[in-house]
Amino acid sequence: MKYLRIFAIALLSMVAITSLGAGFLTTVDYATQFREAPNAAPSNAHWLGTDQLGRDRFARILYGTRVSLLLAPAAALISTLFAALIGGVAGFVGGAWQRWATMLIDLVLSLPWLFLLITVRALLPLNVPPLISVIVTFLLLGMLGWAASARVMCAWAGAVRNSDFVLQARATGVRGCRLAIVHVLPNLKPLLAAQFWISIPVFILAEANLGILGLGVAEPLPSWGSLLRELEDLAIYSGELWKLVPLVLLILVVSSFELLLSRTEVSA
Amino acid sequence: MSILRRIARLILTMIATVLLGTLVTGLLVRLAPGFDVDARQLDSRLAHESKEALRDQRLKNADIMHFCIAYLGAAATGDFGESLTLNRPVRELIVERFPTTLRIVGLGLVGGWLLAVTFAFSSVLLHRAAYDAATATISGALLCVPSAVMALLFVLFRAPAQLAIALIVFPRLFRYARNVLESSYSMPHIITARAKGLGMVRVLCWHVIPVSAAPLLALAGVSVSVALGAAVPVEALCGIPGIGQLAWQAAMGRDLPLLITSTVLVTLVTLTANAISDLVTCSLSSSRV
Repeated sequence: MKYLRIFAIALLSMVAITSLGAGFLTTVDYATQFREAPNAAPSNAHWLGTDQLGRDRFARILYGTRVSLLLAPAAALISTLFAALIGGVAGFVGGAWQRWATMLIDLVLSLPWLFLLITVRALLPLNVPPLISVIVTFLLLGMLGWAASARVMCAWAGAVRNSDFVLQARATGVRGCRLAIVHVLPNLKPLLAAQFWISIPVFILAEANLGILGLGVAEPLPSWGSLLRELEDLAIYSGELWKLVPLVLLILVVSSFELLLSRTEVSA
Repeated sequence: MSILRRIARLILTMIATVLLGTLVTGLLVRLAPGFDVDARQLDSRLAHESKEALRDQRLKNADIMHFCIAYLGAAATGDFGESLTLNRPVRELIVERFPTTLRIVGLGLVGGWLLAVTFAFSSVLLHRAAYDAATATISGALLCVPSAVMALLFVLFRAPAQLAIALIVFPRLFRYARNVLESSYSMPHIITARAKGLGMVRVLCWHVIPVSAAPLLALAGVSVSVALGAAVPVEALCGIPGIGQLAWQAAMGRDLPLLITSTVLVTLVTLTANAISDLVTCSLSSSRV
């Protein structure tokens, strides 16, 4: 198991470094079309061939990985902040606030995630510039994915509020923001960090689902979701297995996150 | 809290959700970009009077409160408006497609639960490291595949869509079910029963299942939500005419009345499932006490 975790860390590091150094590894732009070679097989010029529009698949995978791997943590950060604000504050304040927050959290949790996501995504214009579509997609993921983390935060903040050291701090006259910042927040930090890491693979998968359904990042900007759309017309029996590279990469990265997170759960 | 009070609270929550959902629907439809403009107003073949009539009709809905009240009143009579992309009443479309989704999701849930419970029981009963590792690897691998990719693979291999939903639901249930069963098996009275030589089946039926039933049933509501969420990519990509496909088509066409009404309906189904599982869990716990 230890070696698997080392492998997971090495793989995640390698994928992150490779995607960040995409500009050094390939001179081809992700949007450049080689119109004389659409759907080409792997060659020296195009290591993973080209897609239907003649774009270099290797370059698109590198830049797509960068988009997904940079923005999924950004979305996780937003959702963790929401969770801390809604769940953490409600748990810390307690009483009616906590009851209302719990009701809201339960309501959001009972909404089918993908239905909610496509509904809110569709409320915004679909024909927006690629960069805006990336921001909108991951912002939505972050703003809609806070409920599960908020429930944990709410329970934990409630427990901290009733703990002996907080009671003692109150008895010595510490109140309000000072109590929250000096005594409660440091105790919530490990939980916030755990919720942040747990959210990353969830958002990577959610973006992939949205992308395949055509509601994710707009063309020509690549992301794992938009790259996986190619699987729709995959002739798996014809042996074009290089088209599966984005899927294999996604599964490897998400598995690596899950493997590392299972260790966090065990140690917690 | 008594069962009756709990039922009353759940019903109130559901009514509040539907009211809120319908109100939000009305608001969003009203505030969405392009509401004030009718494409027919740009039609050069229409007479000036017709265009004026269209404009007046739109202006009537300019007041948001008036629009929302009218929308709520219509929704109370079952009129959820007309689909902008399919040009048919939303109610008619939902009535037509809902049974298909219920069948697929229902079968998928049964399959997912069967797989999860079978693997969880066998893993706990056999207690073999290799078997544990194999089941954990399978469920972990399935957890890492996006639902939409699972649906695509099922299209490629021409496998039934219900199985795709079962495989999407399975890993989420398996982990929890296995943990619940494992903690049940390590309870002192069950260890004593096993030490006294009670058979595997008797320990399972008389001691483990009664203890594990309540926490497992608590997951039933969540599993309905997961399965309904999975129905969107599965129906959209497998070409099954259900609510999931309808919602996807509505999202692609920005058909807000249809999209939000179907989301409210699906939320209502999830809330009902949650309420039922909550009540059953509550009654099971109180009967054990």
